[in-house]
Order: sequence, then C-alpha cells, then structure tokens
Amino acid sequence: MNKYIFYPGCSMEGSARAYYDSLKVIEGPLGLELEEVNDWNCCGATEYLSINLIPAYSLIARNLALAAQQNTETKTVMAPCSACYLNLEKADYYMAERPALGEKVNEALAAGGLHYTPGSLEIRHLVDVIINDIGLETVKAKVVRPLTGLRIAPYLGCMVPRPDYQKRWSDHEHPSELDDLMKALGAEVIDFPLKTACCGGHMTQIGPETAYELIRRLVSGAEEFKADIMVTVCPMCQMNLDAYQSETNRYFGTNFHMPIVFFTQLMAVAFGINPKEAGFGLELTSAKDALAHIGLEAPTPAAAPHKKAEGLPMPKALPKKYGGE
Amino acid sequence: MAPAETVLTQGAGLKKPEDLTLLHEVAEATAGVSHLEMCIQCGTCGGSCPSAADMDHTPRMLFALLRAGLREEVLRSNTPWICVSCYHCVVRCPQEVHIADVMYTLKSMAIKAKLYRDETAPDFSASFVDFVENYGRSFELGLATRFYLKHAPLRLPGMSGMGIGMLTRKRMNMTPTKIKGLDQLKSILNKAKTLELSS
Repeated sequence: MNKYIFYPGCSMEGSARAYYDSLKVIEGPLGLELEEVNDWNCCGATEYLSINLIPAYSLIARNLALAAQQNTETKTVMAPCSACYLNLEKADYYMAERPALGEKVNEALAAGGLHYTPGSLEIRHLVDVIINDIGLETVKAKVVRPLTGLRIAPYLGCMVPRPDYQKRWSDHEHPSELDDLMKALGAEVIDFPLKTACCGGHMTQIGPETAYELIRRLVSGAEEFKADIMVTVCPMCQMNLDAYQSETNRYFGTNFHMPIVFFTQLMAVAFGINPKEAGFGLELTSAKDALAHIGLEAPTPAAAPHKKAEGLPMPKALPKKYGGE
Repeated sequence: MAPAETVLTQGAGLKKPEDLTLLHEVAEATAGVSHLEMCIQCGTCGGSCPSAADMDHTPRMLFALLRAGLREEVLRSNTPWICVSCYHCVVRCPQEVHIADVMYTLKSMAIKAKLYRDETAPDFSASFVDFVENYGRSFELGLATRFYLKHAPLRLPGMSGMGIGMLTRKRMNMTPTKIKGLDQLKSILNKAKTLELSS
C-alpha cells in the first residue's frame, strides 16, 4: 500500500468530477491509500496571488499546517490538480527560501492556532506518484483491456513540469513520463510537441481572445498528428480545451473535434472498468469516437433541454484580429 | 573624447544617479528570492511567452521600465494581466528570475495603486477571492454568474450551451460548499491582511 495525504482541491468536486470518479476507481487496483486533508480550503488558484501576497500564502499554508498535524504514517501530500499542486509546493518552497515570508505567514496562521514549518511535508502530483512510486510495471500488470490502436496526445500543461522546484521531471518542456504511462496501457502515443504548452489558464474568462488562440494551437496540433484523444493531468487544461472548444471553433470558423480526458479515465478503462464509472460522458467534446476505437461504447450524457430556434440566420463576422469588423 | 577616469567619475555622462527604488520595491514584495535585479535584458522571456503578442510590453521590456523607475508606465501595462502563468520564461531565464511571481506582485501593486486600465481581470480575481474568503472553497457558478453579468453579458448567449452542458453533467455545483473551520480561516486571513512582506 502506498499511503498519501490527499488534497483534492475544489475542481475535483465540480468541473473535474470525471477526474475524481476515475481516481476513486483505480485506487484499489493501484494500491493507493488516500487520506483527505481534514477540512481543507481552496488554494486560491492563480487569483489570490494577484490580490494580496501574505493572505494568499496564508490561505495555502492553512492546508499545509492541517496536513502536517494530521496523524498518519506519511508526510507526503498528493494533489491531482496542477494549480493546487503548484501552490502548495510554492508556499512550502518560498517560505523556506525567504524566511521573512515564512515568519509573516506563520504570524497569520497563529491567529487560527496553526503553524507550519516549511520542509516538513513533501508535496507531489498524482501523476508523479503513479509513475515513480507505484511504477509502470504495476500499472502494466493491471491492464486487462489494452488501449491498442488508440492514438493519444499526452498533454501535461504547465504547472506540473514547471517551475519544478524539486527537480522531479526529466525535462521542463518535453518530459516523457506521461508518454510512458500511456504506452504502459497499450496505447499508441504520439510525440506531441505541445505537450507542455499553455491552455490559456484563466484567460478563457478574462481575455478570451488570448485563450482561444492557445486552445486552437493545441487542438489543431493534436489533430495534425491524427490523435484520437488528448490526455491531461490538470482540471484547468481539461476545462479549457473541452468546454471552450466550441467557442474557439466559433471564433476562428474552424471545426475541431478533439476530445480531452484525464489520464486516470484511460487507466480505469484499461483496467477493465466501464466507461461510465471512469467518468466518460461528462466531457462536452464527446470522446465517443475515440472509445469506439477500443471497442467501447460511450455512456449517453444527460439530455440537454430542447434548444430554442436561434432566430433569423445572420452572416457571421470574422474576428477583428483576422480582418473582420 | 573624455579620458577614461572622467567617464568613470561622471557615470558615463548620466545627469542623475540611477534610481533603483522601484526595482527593489518590487523585488522585496515578491515571494521567494526573485532575482529581479539580476535581469540581463536577454529577452528569452518574451521569446518564450505564448501570450506576448497581446502584451503592451514583453517581460524584458517591463523589467527595463522597472529599472528605469517608470512606476506609472509599469503599473498601467497590461503585461502582468496577460501573463498566463505557464512558467516557460521562468525555466528558460538564465538568471533564474521568478518572472511569474514578479507578475503577481505587479498585479497586486496595480490594484493597490488603482492603475490598471481594464477592470475585467482585477475584478475576476477579486470575485474569486471573495467566494473563497466567505466559504473557504471556490464557487464556480457564483463566480461565473457575477462575472459574466457584469463584464461580458454579450458572451452569455453564446455560452449558454456550455453552461447547460456543465450543469446537466453536474460539473458545476448549484450551491457553494462551506468549510467547517471558516471562522479560523477568517481570523487567519484578517491577520494576514495586516501584514506586508516588505517591511
């Protein structure tokens, strides 16, 4: 049994429910034992840091303090969300690198009766734990339905391989670990040059034109390589590429259809778990065709309400950036 | 041409001594050891940036402005707000400048000085933080509703399909989740708000 203190993060209960569900069903086969951080709070994502520094780090450090005082035989905190992982790691690292930050954060934590000594926990991402602690041999041994013939674009995004304070990855921009994991499932893995390119992060909300271009690069890149599906380790990447793909298509007048799912979902189906339990059907850009490649039927997503007529047909304007009004 | 020693004593013709107050202020207010003073203006950051095309200044230019002490120009720049926190520049920077963290510092300084040009991004961050401070968890539906109604109502019709898709798949919760230790969290944050890193 590999035991970890588990920091799920807010997305796992909402937009990344497929990640949570699929993680839960592969815990047993992988021999993962996860103990959730008691009463954890949001890590602040990429938002709190831009508002106010000490509160932002104190918000993160409350989680570290709670995890450190949790009575378990492990001192490793595992986070499946890239932003959560980076924030926890960053707080732990910077509180040590800049003692003044550590002191101020602990002064704030003391107001809630807490304290955190930087360096007392090890912060790791789920994909790192599966590859490096559990190991590809164990993963291979659990595969009963190899993903033969499924062409996968492995997509790590930014915040796991970078900035990589503890130097855990083979490369910051072109690491091979996720490729190896997908190969262990029997899939055909493309050498995806954009595997650590940015999905746009919160720009889908505050500056959609910037984000659409980044999303376009990724999905068109994956299509060019004739991938059937993209695989991600990050809730934000999944949300941007999946839920904003149709908006991106509308913006550029393109017709991309590139499903993107969490790596744990493909592990689950390779372990013989049915697609519905593995969280398939929750994606907005349907992975039905990709699943058909490995002889699986996708669950039908919940029916959307009837769509009302959209009114008179209107000519479509090109985005300003591309010569339109 | 002036003899070499004159150039040295007169600072190569500078009319006033170099003022690094702003540069130091930003470096001090940034988490960790930012290495900002070490920037050699090589431009690796801008060349690595996926969103540089939409920025007023590349990170390199912004750091030059910082060194020149041009406070208002720096804080009005859209650059930190366009930064997507991808850390490409950070891992490529030969001087190991914590570029993404410097961008966070500049955003909070711009908010404090009310010098940002467009309130969309600061407002998004502030709304996000507001939900976190009041529940201990983020609340996507609340954030989306509040943010889009105020800043992008015209995007709403185009996005309704996606919103419905997220709701019917239960990928967006209808109500926020509250942590048990909310009072504890609030005491921590209230104390934290009275503290500054650079003092």
